[in-house]
Amino acid sequence: MAYALQQLINGLTLGAMYGLIAIGYTMVYGIIGMINFAHGDIFMVSAFIAVTAFTLLAAAEVTSIPLALTFVLIVAIFFTSAYGWAVERTAYRPLRGSTRLAPLISAIGMSIFLQNAVQLTQGARVKPIPPVIEGGLQLWSTPEFTVQIGWNQLLIIVTTVVLMIAFTWMITQTPFGRQQRACEQDRTMAALLGVNVDRTISLTFMLGAALAAVAGVMVTVYYGVVDFFIGFLAGIKAFTAAVLGGIGSLPGAMLGGLLIGLIESFWSAYLWTEYKDVATFGILCLVLMLRPTGLLGRPEVEKV
Amino acid sequence: MKKTLLATACLTFGAYSQLALADLPVAIAGPMTGQYASAGDQIRRGAEMAIADINARGGVLGEKLTLEVGDDACDPKQAVSVANTMVNKGIVFMHGHWCSSSTIPASEVYHEADIPMATVSTNPQVTERGLKNIFRIMGRDDQQGMVAGNYIATKFKGKKVAVVDDKSAYGKGLADEMANAMQTKGMKPVLRESITAGEKDYSGLVTKLKQAGVEVMAYGGYHTEVALILRQAQQAGLQLTVMGGDTMTNSELVTAAGPAADNVLFTFSPDPRKNPAAAPVVEKFRAAKIEPEGYVLYAYAAMQLFEQAANNAKSVKYADLEKALRTGTFDTVIGKLSFDAKGDQKAPGFVVYRWQGGKYDYAQ
Repeated sequence: MAYALQQLINGLTLGAMYGLIAIGYTMVYGIIGMINFAHGDIFMVSAFIAVTAFTLLAAAEVTSIPLALTFVLIVAIFFTSAYGWAVERTAYRPLRGSTRLAPLISAIGMSIFLQNAVQLTQGARVKPIPPVIEGGLQLWSTPEFTVQIGWNQLLIIVTTVVLMIAFTWMITQTPFGRQQRACEQDRTMAALLGVNVDRTISLTFMLGAALAAVAGVMVTVYYGVVDFFIGFLAGIKAFTAAVLGGIGSLPGAMLGGLLIGLIESFWSAYLWTEYKDVATFGILCLVLMLRPTGLLGRPEVEKV
Repeated sequence: MKKTLLATACLTFGAYSQLALADLPVAIAGPMTGQYASAGDQIRRGAEMAIADINARGGVLGEKLTLEVGDDACDPKQAVSVANTMVNKGIVFMHGHWCSSSTIPASEVYHEADIPMATVSTNPQVTERGLKNIFRIMGRDDQQGMVAGNYIATKFKGKKVAVVDDKSAYGKGLADEMANAMQTKGMKPVLRESITAGEKDYSGLVTKLKQAGVEVMAYGGYHTEVALILRQAQQAGLQLTVMGGDTMTNSELVTAAGPAADNVLFTFSPDPRKNPAAAPVVEKFRAAKIEPEGYVLYAYAAMQLFEQAANNAKSVKYADLEKALRTGTFDTVIGKLSFDAKGDQKAPGFVVYRWQGGKYDYAQ
């Protein structure tokens, strides 16, 4: 029981991070109908920015952890959303009128470009930071096992919940949210009614990147080690989460992320760790067979 | 004016390529990019220094060596394409690849093209397939697995031990050998697990180890994953001692795992840096601000091996080189090298090391 609880905590932490990245995939798909395969690498760029910021803070002898964390978050969100914006401008906007395949290939190219750019400028070696937040809360102690939630795990889960609430509010209540949903429904019509479609798409990319930035900072704090390759696997998992939840749906992305985190965690807890990914993708196949639009996805016809 | 410039440029270029044709191209291959790039880095530094030294001595058979670098990122598919590129470049000798899973398929290509190769890949299959062009300048996993397994069985008697690997040709092979050796000594691992290399989250595995009360983890795989496992184990309040293989020589392990790296033991050939004959070369590396750790001196030795074999054979033709390599004894920075019929080094030997305060040394 204690063991299961510990694995639940591990799974939730992992799932929250997948979910944060998955929202970027889902939002971009929702608005322009393409998979932004460079999104995982945007997340990686954010992790590198976080490492640099933490190193700078350490050099400046800043010891207050909340202060440092806030500073790093702001810096990472700022630069990463600038990256998101630039990626959209250079790799996708020029191809918006072309076939569906062109922006997809461009996205893969962008992903390779980002990986190589980081590798060439930052080096191929792993970048570690010393532990930022240590220790945790002992939840429950049985003679054979102690359940504990690390402060950094708690931080990840709480931050994700807060961000989700803020995000839902923004999409449903603000003028930007309205424009965003209008563009999702019908870009041409939205443009005719005075919505600045280009601006809305740019902002969507920036928002997705900002969430990936938060995930990047969290990963840096949690694992303490980043390298130029982390975007690939995280991107694939988050993309799977988005598809599982129903690509295009925001709650779906979060649900998909949590599900994948929990499946991974519990599968490796009770069955063979080596088949963890097989299980994840097997369940994805099953869900897509039974519900081709994903768990919370809407069928495309609704747009008419 | 422009035309003359162009013509001169063409002529100069022609002259250079003429020169280049007269050189002897030798190659290294390994993970120059990707998550194991730091190992590729070590190999390149060692080979570059060796070639500079050989060329300063006047080259091989009166010709200067040039170095080709192939990047396989430890990906078997990329390794085969690197091998084909190297064959097209007409190399006369290859040192590589690094990952066993790359070396095994790539060596078929070199074998067909009659190119001799030296490698540090440790999987037994590297030399067990009867290819005559391979010479291994490192021991084998069945040897290092046995040394590691025996060490665990005697030093950690009565403790709970888990055997974990990363599913790679190298990692799984090594972990299986360690488990075998432990079992022959009467120690039964309480857990046998595999992980996915390249991931960042090993909290599931760590929790599983904690639940099983594991104190020692015998690990087959690369340093990058071990660092993460150690860090996450520490966070989960689990004191873990790790026994690994030759890939743990990388100082990146310490950068990534921090003080937790002090609990890492690993097997590696006797430290070539302690070899008195290597002292001038070690000095030279340190003067160039390169610590000749891990595979640096092995890459250096591979190039010395080629130099001496070619000089003995007075030729760089495959048949002559192969014969020279198989029959000769070579003086290198990693000690005297000679090979058996399979191409394995005759006196490999493994020692158990321990990381301590950011340096590794023989374990007590």
